[in-house]
Amino acid sequence: MLAWTIYISFLGAAAQMLLPRANARAARLTALLTTVAGFAIALAAWWRFKPGEILTVTRVPWVPSLGIEYHLAADGIGLTLVLLTGLVAIAGVLFSWNVELRPTEFFTFYLVLIGAVYGVFLSFDLFLFFVFYEIAIIPKYFLIAIWGSTRREYAAMKLALYSFAGSAMVLIGIIAAYVESGAKTMSLADLAQFPFPLHFQMWVFPLVFLGFAILAGLWPFHTWAPTGHAAAPTAASMLLAGVVMKLGAFGCLRVAMMLFPRGMGPWEFHVAGFGSWRGLFAVLALIGIVYGASVALVQKDFKFVIGYSSVSHMGFVLLGLMTLSQIGLDGAVVQMFSHGIIAGLLFAVVGRMVYDRTHTRVLSELGPMHLARAIPFAAFTFVVASMASIGLPGFSGFVAELEILIGTWRAYPLLAALAGVGILIGIAFTWRALDKAFLGDPAIAGASGSPLPPITAAERVGAGILMVSTVAVGLYPRLLLDLILPAFQSPLFDGLRRMWR
Amino acid sequence: MTPLSYFELLRLTLPEIIVAFAGLVALTIDLMLRQRPAAIRWRAGALAACAGCAAAIVLIVLRPEAANLYDSMLVVTPLTQLAQTVLAAFTILAVLLSVDSDFTAHVGEYLGLVLFATAAMMVLVSTQNLLVIFASLELLSLSLYVLTAFNKRSRQSAEAGLKYFLFGSMAAALFLFGISLLYGLSGSIELDGIAAAIHLQPLSPLLAVAIVMIVAGLGFKIAAAPFHLWAPDAYQGAPAPSAALIASSSKIASFVVLAVVMLVGLAGEEGSGAWRSYMAGWVPLIAVVAVLSMILGNLAAIVQSSVRRLLAYSAIGHAGYMLLGILSDSTQGLSALLYYVITYALATIGAFGILAALDKYKVDRAVDFAGFSRRAPWLSFCMLIFMLSLAGIPPLAGFFGKFYIFSTALLTGSGLLWLVILAIAMSAVSLYYYLRVLKVMYVRGSVDGSGQIKTSLLMNATVGLIALLVVLLGCFPAPLLHWIDGALRSMPH
Repeated sequence: MLAWTIYISFLGAAAQMLLPRANARAARLTALLTTVAGFAIALAAWWRFKPGEILTVTRVPWVPSLGIEYHLAADGIGLTLVLLTGLVAIAGVLFSWNVELRPTEFFTFYLVLIGAVYGVFLSFDLFLFFVFYEIAIIPKYFLIAIWGSTRREYAAMKLALYSFAGSAMVLIGIIAAYVESGAKTMSLADLAQFPFPLHFQMWVFPLVFLGFAILAGLWPFHTWAPTGHAAAPTAASMLLAGVVMKLGAFGCLRVAMMLFPRGMGPWEFHVAGFGSWRGLFAVLALIGIVYGASVALVQKDFKFVIGYSSVSHMGFVLLGLMTLSQIGLDGAVVQMFSHGIIAGLLFAVVGRMVYDRTHTRVLSELGPMHLARAIPFAAFTFVVASMASIGLPGFSGFVAELEILIGTWRAYPLLAALAGVGILIGIAFTWRALDKAFLGDPAIAGASGSPLPPITAAERVGAGILMVSTVAVGLYPRLLLDLILPAFQSPLFDGLRRMWR
Repeated sequence: MTPLSYFELLRLTLPEIIVAFAGLVALTIDLMLRQRPAAIRWRAGALAACAGCAAAIVLIVLRPEAANLYDSMLVVTPLTQLAQTVLAAFTILAVLLSVDSDFTAHVGEYLGLVLFATAAMMVLVSTQNLLVIFASLELLSLSLYVLTAFNKRSRQSAEAGLKYFLFGSMAAALFLFGISLLYGLSGSIELDGIAAAIHLQPLSPLLAVAIVMIVAGLGFKIAAAPFHLWAPDAYQGAPAPSAALIASSSKIASFVVLAVVMLVGLAGEEGSGAWRSYMAGWVPLIAVVAVLSMILGNLAAIVQSSVRRLLAYSAIGHAGYMLLGILSDSTQGLSALLYYVITYALATIGAFGILAALDKYKVDRAVDFAGFSRRAPWLSFCMLIFMLSLAGIPPLAGFFGKFYIFSTALLTGSGLLWLVILAIAMSAVSLYYYLRVLKVMYVRGSVDGSGQIKTSLLMNATVGLIALLVVLLGCFPAPLLHWIDGALRSMPH
């Protein structure tokens, strides 16, 4: 049943190609229907999901002579992210309601991307995982290059090349692991039990981890993220920050850490103070947190503020992964979900509610427009998103960052303190953006242009869905924790659990 | 030597004979229809050509044979039959793609040459005798030289034909020289005999020279660096349907024969291409050729503005990847090579088919494709599939081909990790230039004054069929793999 999240997205994409090319209305409705159906399937699966189980969806031989299977399954972590994808996908369609340029093509690429993302989260065969992971690259490129804004062709190509370079590294690791284990199976469950030699894990782990982490925005390989996010059309930024960056983080966890856990062990020597890949990546993640937040503090372009904030928040995910403790890993997965929702919300406000109406994203130009009065709903949404983003209690961000900080505190106390600094800077840049964009000085006369068009119903619904999700998880975190925590007890994570004892 | 049985010979070479005969029929039909409009002559000739190839395929599929006649002059195994089937099928595609073109009035001669080239390729893959290899290689090359220069109205075509011819005759001379050395060393011109004779000797300088010559001669045919110089000009200057044939089936035949010569004829002289433990032999030599091809092909493709030249340089890069299949030095390597070369040839023939369909519109440079996605949505969608398959994006056939050939090289080749890493890095580079073409097609608006592009139904259907095959072979690689593996299982080693 859960496999239909993938199929229905691809079928929806195919249906888009059959629609009359100029009929935007039909295109949007089809897309909305498809994404809602996908989310409904995910919800139904979640309803029946028993915590801790691995729900096998489909398992058939694909290329028998090479041991490759078409194996879809869901554990709690995958399911969490499938739910996230469903939510963001619906919201993304609602915030693309005003796409009039080549609408059928837009939604074709959009739905192919969604289908591929579902596929990654549900794959339990390494080959299949990689197939879906790579399918996601091409639609991203076209979404940005055709429908984007600022330097779109450059940003799109940069994103595609970064992604492809990352996946090339991953491919090397995957092929090496496949051959090392005897070239008989690609099943994640079997490979997770295979005792790869220590020296092998020591070189494959960083390779695969970095390959995936590029897409998760790990400093210093994050530079695609701000330009890509800023250039992308609203829905694409929402997906990019909301789910595509999660693909990278998910790959780090599901492939790099799960299959090669001993690669995180100590090196037995020290280089520049680092004693293991784990320490190195933790520090890079921390730099990402602080650097992303600091740079966001001085941006003039509203969308770049959000773009850099994504780098900062994804740093938390990677830091959580590197704590190598149950609470830290759990926090990382919750943060993936939480950031997916919040980033979606922030980009929706900036890209759709503000930019599509004012046609500027420069903070100093937005101030005099008195947006809080002109489009109060946008201001309200942004305030909610900001509160969630800086991790106020009652929102999903709080649960996630708290868990990550506790995990980090146990593993690397110093880093935890510095991550706290990162959170403070996060509050500062969020407040600055809120202040400059929405709460302009009332003394300055507003631009006397035509009044901005009101917020449409589609936007209200889309924002509503995302706000409800973040508050729901914030108030009742067990919604996700009950899914995620037992997942770490499954045999898949045997090797990883041995690392954290 | 067994006494000649002409009936046996006739029976086993019937597919080749049918194809060659179809060439003569196409010539005759065209002669009879001289006064009719070109469209009718193309259709009648193409019908004869396709019927001939189809008959050959049916014959091969229905009558599996296994034979080895006259000192390996004619070897028929499931593998050769597979290669012949594929070659004949590609000729059908190439012929279908040429039906709508207007680059020449000599329809019969064109189709005749295409079929002679096909017959030559079919002989080429079903022999293990160096002299027959040489003779059929020459027949193939001569046909292709003429096909390259076939557009008499174009200076570029003539120039390309001449360059191809000059480089080709040089390569043929080298190849022949290599054969003569091998004969002198082993006293045999059949591959098994050579292997048995040189297998016991250490690698003498003379043998090394012979190996280098053989690799140079065949490296020319597969357009591997540094023997690639003809390729960009030939791809660009030749009429698009001829280029389609050169880039697809001629590649398949040449790779099969290279693999057979290396794996059968030079078995025991592999040497080692492992990182920092080289040993002289043909493996390190081919590894060098592969490295050069991958790097030069992919880097040079980045700066091309002509789509055809871009395809030519990317072909050089792909030749580098495919050599990994030979370097694997195993049956599975051969299987990976066959899968790769077939799917690669499909994507390439499709891309050239689209270029053939656009011949009238003077489309050559990448920028000419601006707004193509709205002027010809179907063709541009197919182009998207071909380009992404060449770039190795799943779920298209090119991706599985890459995965299979790289993992096999790592599995059965000795110490080839460095080469696999280089290959994967280079294929990451290749995405850039394929995407650039697609970008112009899908992102840029069309130049003013360019309206809808009209192409015939046959053209659209053929290109669509090829695109469908590329998608299907990527999503369901198992059937083709099963076929290839079944054919290889009967091989002696």
